[in-house]
Order: sequence, then structure tokens, then C-alpha cells
Amino acid sequence: LGHGSGGQLMAELLADLTPRLGTPALDDAAIVVTGRPEIVLSTDSFVVTPRFFAGGDIGSLAVHGTVNDVAMMGARPVALSLAYIVEEGLPLEELRLVTASVARAARACGVPVVTGDTKVVGRGAADGLYLTTTGVGVRLPGACVSASQAQPGDLVLLSGPIGLHGVSILSTREGLGFDSEIASDTRPLHRLVATMIAAGAQDVHVLRDPTRGGLASALNEIATASSVGIELEESSLPVPAQVAAACEVLGLDPLHVANEGCLVAFVAQEAAGRVLRAMRRLPEGARAKLIGRACDAHHGRVVMRTLVGSRRIVDMLVGEQLPRIC
Amino acid sequence: MDATWRIEVRGIVQGVGFRPFVHRLAHRAGIRGTVRNAGGHVVIDATGTRPRLEEFVSGLRRGRPEAAKVDEVRVSTVPADDPAGFFIVDSCTAGGTLPQIPPDLATCAGCLRELFDPADRRYRYPFVNCTACGPRATIIEALPYDRERTTMRDFSMCRACAAEYHDPADRRFHAEPIACPRCGPRLSFLGTTGDAALPAAVSVIAEGGVVAVKGLGGFQLVCDATSEDAVTRLRSLKARELKPLAVMVRDLTTACVIAELSDDDLRVLSSPSAPILLAPRHRGILATGVGHGLPDVGVFLPTTPLHHLLLDDLRRPLVVTSANVGGSPMPIEAVVLETDGVLGHDRRILGRYDDSVVRSLGRRATTIRSGRGLAPLPLELPIPTSRPLLAVGAQLKSTFTLADGERAVVGPHIGDLEDAETLEAFQDAVDRAQAVHGVRPELIAHDLHPGYLSTQLAHASGKPRIAVQHHHAHVAAVAAEHGLPGPFLGVAYDGLGLGDDGTFWGGELLLADYVGYRRLARFSHAPMPGGAAAVRRPGRMALGYLVGGETAVRKPSPQRLAADSPSLRRMIEQRVNCPVASSAGRLFDAASALLGLCEVNSFEGEAALRLENAATGHNAEPLAWRLERRDGLWVYDGVATLHDLLAARDDGEPVGRIAAAFHATVAAVTVLMCEHAATETGVSTVCLSGGVFQNRLLAVDVLDRLEAAGFDAYIGERVPVNDAGISFGQAAVAAARSSCA
Ligand SMILES: [Fe+3]
Ligand SMILES: [Mg+2]
Ligand SMILES: [Zn+2]
Ligand SMILES: [Zn+2]
Repeated sequence: LGHGSGGQLMAELLADLTPRLGTPALDDAAIVVTGRPEIVLSTDSFVVTPRFFAGGDIGSLAVHGTVNDVAMMGARPVALSLAYIVEEGLPLEELRLVTASVARAARACGVPVVTGDTKVVGRGAADGLYLTTTGVGVRLPGACVSASQAQPGDLVLLSGPIGLHGVSILSTREGLGFDSEIASDTRPLHRLVATMIAAGAQDVHVLRDPTRGGLASALNEIATASSVGIELEESSLPVPAQVAAACEVLGLDPLHVANEGCLVAFVAQEAAGRVLRAMRRLPEGARAKLIGRACDAHHGRVVMRTLVGSRRIVDMLVGEQLPRIC
Repeated sequence: MDATWRIEVRGIVQGVGFRPFVHRLAHRAGIRGTVRNAGGHVVIDATGTRPRLEEFVSGLRRGRPEAAKVDEVRVSTVPADDPAGFFIVDSCTAGGTLPQIPPDLATCAGCLRELFDPADRRYRYPFVNCTACGPRATIIEALPYDRERTTMRDFSMCRACAAEYHDPADRRFHAEPIACPRCGPRLSFLGTTGDAALPAAVSVIAEGGVVAVKGLGGFQLVCDATSEDAVTRLRSLKARELKPLAVMVRDLTTACVIAELSDDDLRVLSSPSAPILLAPRHRGILATGVGHGLPDVGVFLPTTPLHHLLLDDLRRPLVVTSANVGGSPMPIEAVVLETDGVLGHDRRILGRYDDSVVRSLGRRATTIRSGRGLAPLPLELPIPTSRPLLAVGAQLKSTFTLADGERAVVGPHIGDLEDAETLEAFQDAVDRAQAVHGVRPELIAHDLHPGYLSTQLAHASGKPRIAVQHHHAHVAAVAAEHGLPGPFLGVAYDGLGLGDDGTFWGGELLLADYVGYRRLARFSHAPMPGGAAAVRRPGRMALGYLVGGETAVRKPSPQRLAADSPSLRRMIEQRVNCPVASSAGRLFDAASALLGLCEVNSFEGEAALRLENAATGHNAEPLAWRLERRDGLWVYDGVATLHDLLAARDDGEPVGRIAAAFHATVAAVTVLMCEHAATETGVSTVCLSGGVFQNRLLAVDVLDRLEAAGFDAYIGERVPVNDAGISFGQAAVAAARSSCA
């Protein structure tokens, strides 16, 4: 398997696996139909290396990741479960630190960890420590978001700067030296979502946290799932200067770098101003902005108007970033 | 006793005055019957005595019009008819296999005389043409090629033009785009139309303005090539900072003033396809901004009467370049740039054809970009395809090839597919070609690279696909162009293409036929720190070789590389975003960077071009090199050569000499690899391909050395060796596989 970086290979793997489970879903969480309010369920495993990085650690990431996946369904997360897989030999102190971080993050989110499990496996059977979190939420009143709900004419809103998490992790892991200036953006987004739904309800069509594969992959998935085209403006993309500089050295496209603390939303044009103002009232949305729009052309494709005025196709990441130049 | 023969003539026989020529020939030989266009070929029913018929058929081959090309003459006997004379009859629209679209032709000598003859009724008429020249591919809606299926149907012929069109003795007999000032297209410029438009545009250009001109295959930007300000302004409009600009000159005499041209070059320049020729530039009259210190200048002659008039009025070389921004396609409907006016006209352009570019390799020339005048390029496949197929090419310099049976046609250069408008133009051009040729592909050939947008189009088509390895396609294109039977040795040197082992290739020697290949030798591996960023910054590549190369033995001392940094070294050590490549193009980049010749590749191949420029005129012995046996392959160790290059630089050798020595090294290694391969396989035919062979020094040296060593050596001539040739190679391979399956 060479599917670790998200993007197209992962999409193909999932397309292969999900039918075997009998599930058609593409979203990061699912609605469990039990009546009203609708229950939302999401699960995710966390295998990040290094486990401690600027801005967070595997514990806070496991909480935020699942809280956010539940929130992206337009839901209010209500409880989490937590499972550890621990490699024999992991210092107990490290496990305590991670657990404390989980607790702190959960408390800050206002979402309790209500059940859990711990397994210890032999040396070499796992790489240190893996976490799996499952989140349960209830749909916010009026919410009807899904990756397939984008409409031509929708405006694309982004809650904050991109590229921080991926660059910070890579830099710390490989000792590249950018981590002193760049911290992961990992943070919960469920309050931001609640504010947006309150401001827009039916007008918020899609919510997505652009994690692995970055903004480019998230937008491509939405474009495909909703059969719309997406037009981005390069000039309005919030790429922090340190991220841009690090990406230049690393040869990475910030659009392909993972995020853990921002969301992208497709909002009906007439409601977009209202939703944007609501977002900016919260710290996690203070720098929210309009980055593009959905259109009724080039369905399934994301196109960016570049700074020099040409229109570049923004593709899903294929495996590693394979250069296409001859 | 009279017989009736049916004679079918294939090749470039439409839109070049072939039917009128047949008519004249029939009259001379005393033949009765008919001639008509059918699909893309010409069908003649000829009645006469056997000796006269034979004389007639041989005359078809010998006396053909200048721009025609006869590939095949098929004769069969049909029941005798008794026609009263010889007639040109209406075309029949029944399809054959892959009819050919005639390319556009530059103004012929006859029309040029009329253009500047005050007594002629077409004096200074910018749309004069005849059966031997004028627009073709750019205005055709469908085949067969007749006025009613071109955009000239918007104009109804005046009585004088109609008389010429219907008179078999006239040189405009069946000249489909026939026009005159009374009935044909008219110019317009800033609100003026007709006679006033041209002088107005001329004075804007004379004063240093930049004017958009509607050419044959799309809009161009035109300005005074001797004015620094005008050239700078044009560059900023196009957002093109450094890539050289083409210069149009009035005649061959002026061409010789700005460039070093051989007799062969002069023939290429004045051919009916009138391509841009890349040739060594003379110092002097051109603004420095035209070429920015690069060795070659792209020079060409006027391609239409309108360009002749502009050059004649302005009496100075003009920059003539496509009116697009950055990587987007040449516009054919309107110009969005803020020029000082658009010199347009009311004849619609249907096919987008950029000006063609050709580079002289001494005895031969290689096509860099196939566009107006050269495309669509009809070729024969060595192994016919069992089903109609479409080959979608690579990612950069995109072209497509349509094939049916043994016939293939390579479409014009379209550009880099990452640009959204180029991708749309690519899809439009494919759709248009399928409609015009009447072919519905049942099979799609594409590259192995999953990220190429062409590959994604192939997947999206839902049709059966055949994936062809990039370098196999490169060398198969050359072999197929020259009709070689195979097997052959293929030397593919380029920047990058995905190999079948998941690494990037680009310095490869393959034993190949049209179905498959076996890798026999390669350049050594090196990491590309930052992937595409290492392509943009040649210094990174140098660091990649010296710090992380497959054969790097010692750590380089801090070199004079601007690209060097602890982060980069760390990336190489940890293999962070460091795809591995065995690429000749990347080795040229590294050498260029280590000699201080290129910091940033501002356009594709710049570092190598600057290295070639430095080497030109120097003679030198090869640098150190090593060819080792590794995992069943011959591996050329590029690091050893780079170390020796650095040592030579430290010894104070002149950069030009070292650059020449580097070229000599790669040439010598190439020949030795071929000799090993020939010993191993008994095959002594070599095909050279890949963008690196656009390098004149290297190509000529390798060809000469191979021939001296007894090889039959070939290089792409009509089919580009760069990625524009990939689609044809894919078609040749997919066709062979389709018919052996
Ligand atoms: Fe190539
Ligand atoms: Mg998830
Ligand atoms: Zn003519
Ligand atoms: Zn007329």
C-alpha cells in the first residue's frame, strides 16, 4: 500500500473497500437514522509521527479530529470513545502525558470521553502508540450539510489559514527546522459550525475539514460528489508567509498540505455574507474569508485563477507529489 | 481499344491544387473521365488507351503541385464508361479511412507578385490566395475540402472570382478560399474597416505599440523587434519574462542578417509551411529583450499576405508571437490582452494552429512544435491498428494522435494541460478532429503517469485503454516515423517520465519493438529534492546528485551553490519529497548549475540551453565517467562526471570548455552503451528521442559517432523528440498491441 498521503490513491482504495461493507458513504461521518434528532457517528484512527509537535500532540489531535468530523455533518458532538493500541516498551510517562492531553482537549471541547479500551501489542507489532476515537453527535436543528449538496453559485468560505499542520509535522519529524516558526493549527471547530448553522441553517450546503490531501483534495471530492465546478482565486488563499516559504523549500503545494484547524464551507450566495460575519465573531473563524465559488461548468474539476491571470487546474494529490514535468 | 481505370491517390492531395493539376494532365495526355475528392483522397476515373493511361499515371507522381505529397497511387480497372471530356465533379462525402486535412500554406510566389502589382485587381489585398497557398486546416469544418465546408462559405464569390474558380485553365480553378477585395474578407482595426485599417495598425506598430493580429491559426502579438520598449511591453502583456520570442522578417536576406543560416535552413524557411526556425543569432539589430542572451533566435518569413503587407510597410523585423497569457492557449475568437489595437478580419478561424517551430540539426532538422503548416501530420503506422484509436499524449506540449488501420494523424501542438483553458482546447481539438476525420475511437492510448490530465481523460472516457510507458512511446515515435520494422535500440533522454518500476526515468536505453521493450541501460539515480521544485531550480538537482546520488561516494564540500542549505541537505538525507530519477535532462540541469549558468529554469529546458550555448564553439575531450553493471543493467554514473566537472572548474578551466567536455561525455557514454547493447542483442538500429535531443550539439555528436561506429541512427524529424511526439509513439505501440491481442 502506498496510500498514506491521502488524495487519489486513498480515494481509489476506499472505492474498493466501502462496497464490501455495504456502505455508499463518502463523508467523514454518517447519520444514524433513529428518528429525531438525527444521530451522527464518526470514527478515526491516529497514527501521527511525531506524537508531540508544535501546537499539539496525538492526544489533542485524536479529540479534535473526531469532534471536527462529527461537526462537519452539521452536528453537535456529545460524547467520545477512546481506544489505545500501545507497543510494548512505550514509556508509561508518555502514555500519561497523552491521556492528560486527551482529557484537556475533551474538556475544552465540552465533549466527554465516556468509554474506552487499551490493548498492548508486542514490540514491532505497532509503532509506539495508536489512538482511535469515535464520536457521537446530534444534528443541529435545520442542518442539512453533505459533500454532495454544493450548488452552482454557492460561495466557498474558508475559516482560516492553510498548511500549518502538515508543514509543522513534517518539519518536526524530519528535523527540517521550520517547526520553530510554524505550529499546527489543530483545534475544535464544532462551535464555529454551530454558529454558522445558526446564521445560515439551510443555506450552508457543505462543510469539510481539509485534512489529509489538503484543501485541493477536499475541494475535488466536493466537486465530484456534487457534480459542480469550483473556481478559486489564488490571490485570496490564506497561506501564511512561513508556510509559503517552507513549502517553497520542500517543493510542496500548500493546497495539498494537511490542516487540522480549518474548515471549508459552501454557502448559498445570498447567505454567505451573514455566515461569514458570524464566523469572524469566533476566534477560530476570525480570519475566515471568501476563496471562490461553485459553478455550472467543468463539473468535478477545481480551477484556480492564478496571480498572473491564467487558470490552473487544481488536482487531487496522486500518491506522493509526483512531478508531472518532463 | 480504350480502357477505364479507377485511380485513387492518397497523401496530401486536397487543398493543394491537385484536382486542377489532374485536369491539366488529363488534357495533355488525352484522357477522358472525372476527378473528385473522396474523403481525404482523390479518385480519378480515367478512360483512354493503355499507353496514354500509363503516361497519365506516371505523370501523377512526377508533376505534382509543389505542396502536394503523394503517398500512394492505387489503380484498378472498372467497367468502361464513355465520357465526353475530362471533368472535375462534386466531391462525394462517403468516408474512407482517416482522410487527411490539408495544412495551411504560406503565400506562394504567384500570389505575392499579384499582391504587389498595382495593376492587379488583388493589389495589396491581404487575403489573396490560390490553389497552391492560403488557409486550409484552420478554416475547415468537415471533409471533403470544399468551400461550402469551410468558413469561406460566409462569403459569396463575386462574378470575377467565380469565373476564375470554374475555369480549369486558371490557377485559381477550385481554389476554395478564393477571395478578392470585392467579395472576400475585410480587415478591421480600432473601429475602422477595409483599406484604412492596415495603415492605422502600421503606424501604431511604427510608433512602438503592440498590436494583436488575427493570423491564420489564431491571434498574434506584433511589435517592432528593434525597439527595446516595445518588446518589454509585449513581454509584460504576455506575462512571459524570459522565453525567447520569434521574429518575422521580410525576406531571406534580412533573415541572414539576424541569424546564421545554412542553405538547408533557407530551404526550410521558404518552404510552404514557413515554420519558425531556431538558428544561431547574430549580434546586432534586434532588441536584447527578444532573446535575453540565448544562443538561438526564432526567425520566420511572412506566412500570409497580411504579414507580407505589414513587413513591407514597416521595413523592420517584427516580433510575432501568439497572443496568449502564460500557459493558456492561443486565442482564436478574441484577444483579452490590453494591446494598442486588434488588426482583425471577418473570416472565422475554426482550428487553432500556433506557428510551427523547427530546429536545424545540420543535415536534418527536428520539429520542436508542430502547428500551422505542419499539422495535422499524416503518418503511417508500422503495424496497423485493429480498431480506431486515440492517443492522448503526455502532460506538457500536449498533442493527440488519431489512428485507423495503418493511417495515423498527429494533431497540432496544444500546450500544457494543467492550464484549464488548454485542457478545454485539447478536448475541443480532439472532438473536432474526430468529427472532421469521421473517426470514432474505440481504444485510448495514454501514459503510465496517473497524474497526467491526459491519463485522467483516458480513464474518464470509459473506453478500453492501453497504457504505454513514456520512453517506450518516445522511441517508438521515432522508429514509426521512419518506418523501421523493429526491433531497435531506443535511446530516450528527457526530463522525466514515469517508469514501470515507480521511479522516474529519463536516461534510458531500451531494446524495443512496437509491442514491448526491455530496459538495457540507464543513467544513475538521484533524488530530486522537492520534486517539481528541483526541476525549477537546477542547483537543487546538483545537490541531489552530489549528496544523495546513487553513486555518491564522498560528501561534497560546501560548493558555490546558491541552492545549498541545511534544510535541503536534510530533505535529501531523509528523502523528504525526493522522488528518484535516472534522468539525462536532470543531469544536464545539474551540470549547468554547477557551472553557474542557470539558477532558475524560467522555461522548460533553459538550463540545458544555457549549457549548450556555453559549449558552442569549443572542442574538448570527455570528462571522467563510469559505466557499471548493476542489477542486470548498464548504469552510467553521472556523479563521477559532475565531480570531474567541479575539479576542472577549480583548476580554472574556462566554463565553455567544460560545458563542451560535458556534452562530449554524454555523447561518448551513449555510444558505448549502444555498443554494449548491440553486442548483447545483435541489434544495430538506434532511435534517439526525448527532449534532451533537441540539443543540437548533443544530437549531432551522437548521430555522427553512432554512424561512425556502424549503427543506423535515427532521430525524430517531423515528429518532435519532445513530449509532443509522445501521442504518436503511444498510437504506434497501442496499434501493435491491439492487433497482436
Ligand atoms: Fe518526455
Ligand atoms: Mg476522518
Ligand atoms: Zn498562391
Ligand atoms: Zn471576388
